Amino acid sequence: MAASDTATAARSRRSNLKAERIRSSWIFLAPMLLVLAFVAGWPLLKTIWFGFTDASLDALSSADFIGFNNYLEWVDYGDGDGEWYGLLADPDWWQAVYNTVFFSLVSVFFETIFGTIVALVLHAEFKGRGFVRAAVLIPWAIPTIVSAKMWAWMMNDQFGILNDLFLHIGVISQPIAWTASADTAMIAVLIVDIWKTTPFMALLILAGLQMIPQDIYEAAKIDGINPVKVFFRVTLPLIKPALAVAVIFRALDALRVFDLIYVLTPNNSQTKTMSVFAQENLFQFDKFAYGSAASTLLFLVIGVITIVYLKIARVDLEGGR
Amino acid sequence: MNILKSIGFYALVIIIVVVSVFPFYYAILTSFKSGTAIFQVDYWPKYFSWENYRLVMTQGSFPLNILNSLFVSSVVVVISLFLAITASFALARVRFRGRKLLLLTILSVSMFPQIAVLAGLFEMIRALGIYNTLWSLVLAYMIFTLPFTVWVLTTFMRDLPVELEEAAIVDGANSWAIVTRVFMPLMWPALVTTGLLAFIAAWNEFLFALTFVSNNDTRTVPVAIALLSGASEQEIPWGPIMAASVIVTVPLIVLVLIFQRKIVAGLTAGGVKG
Repeated sequence: MAASDTATAARSRRSNLKAERIRSSWIFLAPMLLVLAFVAGWPLLKTIWFGFTDASLDALSSADFIGFNNYLEWVDYGDGDGEWYGLLADPDWWQAVYNTVFFSLVSVFFETIFGTIVALVLHAEFKGRGFVRAAVLIPWAIPTIVSAKMWAWMMNDQFGILNDLFLHIGVISQPIAWTASADTAMIAVLIVDIWKTTPFMALLILAGLQMIPQDIYEAAKIDGINPVKVFFRVTLPLIKPALAVAVIFRALDALRVFDLIYVLTPNNSQTKTMSVFAQENLFQFDKFAYGSAASTLLFLVIGVITIVYLKIARVDLEGGR
Repeated sequence: MNILKSIGFYALVIIIVVVSVFPFYYAILTSFKSGTAIFQVDYWPKYFSWENYRLVMTQGSFPLNILNSLFVSSVVVVISLFLAITASFALARVRFRGRKLLLLTILSVSMFPQIAVLAGLFEMIRALGIYNTLWSLVLAYMIFTLPFTVWVLTTFMRDLPVELEEAAIVDGANSWAIVTRVFMPLMWPALVTTGLLAFIAAWNEFLFALTFVSNNDTRTVPVAIALLSGASEQEIPWGPIMAASVIVTVPLIVLVLIFQRKIVAGLTAGGVKG
C-alpha cells in the first residue's frame, strides 16, 4: 500500500517535471519562432500577395488586387485579336528558368565529381595533407563578390591572365571575351561557381568518408580487389547518404544564385537566373508586382524540385534520430 | 609502378593546390601593381607598390564600409546566438510533439531562396522607417543566420551527455538553470564556431545589402566592392578593386585557417551527422 503510494507520487512528480520541461521549452522556442515568423513568414506571404496586385515601387500601400494577371492575362485588342501577357507568356522568364536549371545541374554535377576527387585525396595519408586541406579551404573562405571580381579580372579579354595562359599553351588562337560574349558567359559563371564551392562539397564528402570503418578496406586489400572496383562497389554506396545531403544543399544554393551572376556577367541574357530576373523587375524596372509574381513562382519551382529530389533520393535529413 | 602511382598522386595534389590558391595569389599580385604595370600579365611578383591600398583607404567610403560590415555582422551574430541557444536546448533535449516538423521548417527557412521574401521585407523595412540604415540589414540577415545557428547548435547539444542533465535535475535545477549553468560552459567551442560561420555569412551577403541600402556611406563591403568604379564608365579600377578584395579577404582566410578543424565540424554537423 505504502509502496504503491510512493510509486504513484514518484510518477506524478515525474510527469510534473516533464510538463514543466515541455512548458519551458516552448518559452525557450518562442523568441526564435517569433523572429523567424517576422522576418521570413510574414514577408513571404506579403510577396505572394504583391504578386496578385498592381503594386509599384512608389505605391505599395495603394496596391489593388488583380488576380492572376501578373502570371497570365489575355489582352483583347477588340477586333477578335489579342495577345497573352504575364510571366507564363514571357520568353525572358522562361529563359531565366532555363538558365537557372542548366546552371544548377551542370555546376552541381561537376562539383560532386571534383568534390569527391578532392575528398579522396584528403582522405589518403600523405606528407603535407594539413597544408593541402588548408589550401582547399581558401576558395570557400573568399567572399563570392570578391571571387567574382578576381575571376572577372583573370578573364579580362585584353589583360586577363587566363587568355594569356591559354594562348601560350595553344588552347585558343585568339583572346576570348569570357564574361561579355554570349557563348562563353555561362561557361565563365560555371567555372567560378565550381571553383568556389567544390571545397564545401569536398568537406561534406570527406566527413562521409571518415565514417567508413577502415577494416572494410583492409579486407578488400587482402582479397586483392582493384581499387577502382573498391571505390564503386564499397566506398560509393557507403558515402551515398552524405553525398545525397551535400547535393541537395548545393542544389538549393545554386537554384537561388544571384550575386555571382549579377557581378560577373551583368545584363547578359544568357546567364540571367530567376533571382536576377525577379530582383531586376522589383527594383530596377519598376514592375514591383511582376517581380513579386516572379519571386513567388521561383519559390514554387524550387519547392517542387526539392520535394521531388527528397522523394527520389530518400534523403534522411534527420539522420534517423 | 608504385613510383608512377605516387607521381600521379602528387601531380593531382599539386593541381588541386594551384587551382585553389592561384586566383587569390594573382589578386594579391595585381593589388601591388600601380600605373600601367597592371596591364601587363605577370606570373611572379615583380612590383611592390602600396598605391592601390592607399587609394582605397583614403578616397571614397571604403573604410566606412568596413566598419558598417563589422557592425552589422557582429550585431547579427550576437542576437542569433542569444536566441538560438535556448531554442536549440528545447529542440535537442526535450521531446515534444511537432519537434521534427519544427526542425525541418527551420532547416527549410535557412535553405529557401532569399529573393522570395525580398518584396515583403522591403515593404516592412520601409514601414519601420529603417530603409537605408544598417538596422534593415540586421533585421534581414536574421533570416539566414538564425536558422543556421539553431540547426548547428541543436546538433552540438544533442551530443552532450545526458547524465549531466540528470544530475542537474536531481539537484533541483530548472530548464533555465540547466541551459545557463550546465550547458553554456560546455558549449563555448560550439558557440565560437557557429558564431564565426554566421559572421562570415553576414559579412559576405550581397542581395539584401544591395537592395535595402542605397547610400555609399551605409553600404557594406561586398556591395562597395561590386560598385567600385573609376573616373569613367569604361575605366574599371582593377588595382583598387583587388586591393579592397585582399583587405576584406585576408582576415577571413586567417580566421578560417585558425579555426579550420572547428569549422569543418560545424559545417558538416548540419549536413551529414544530422
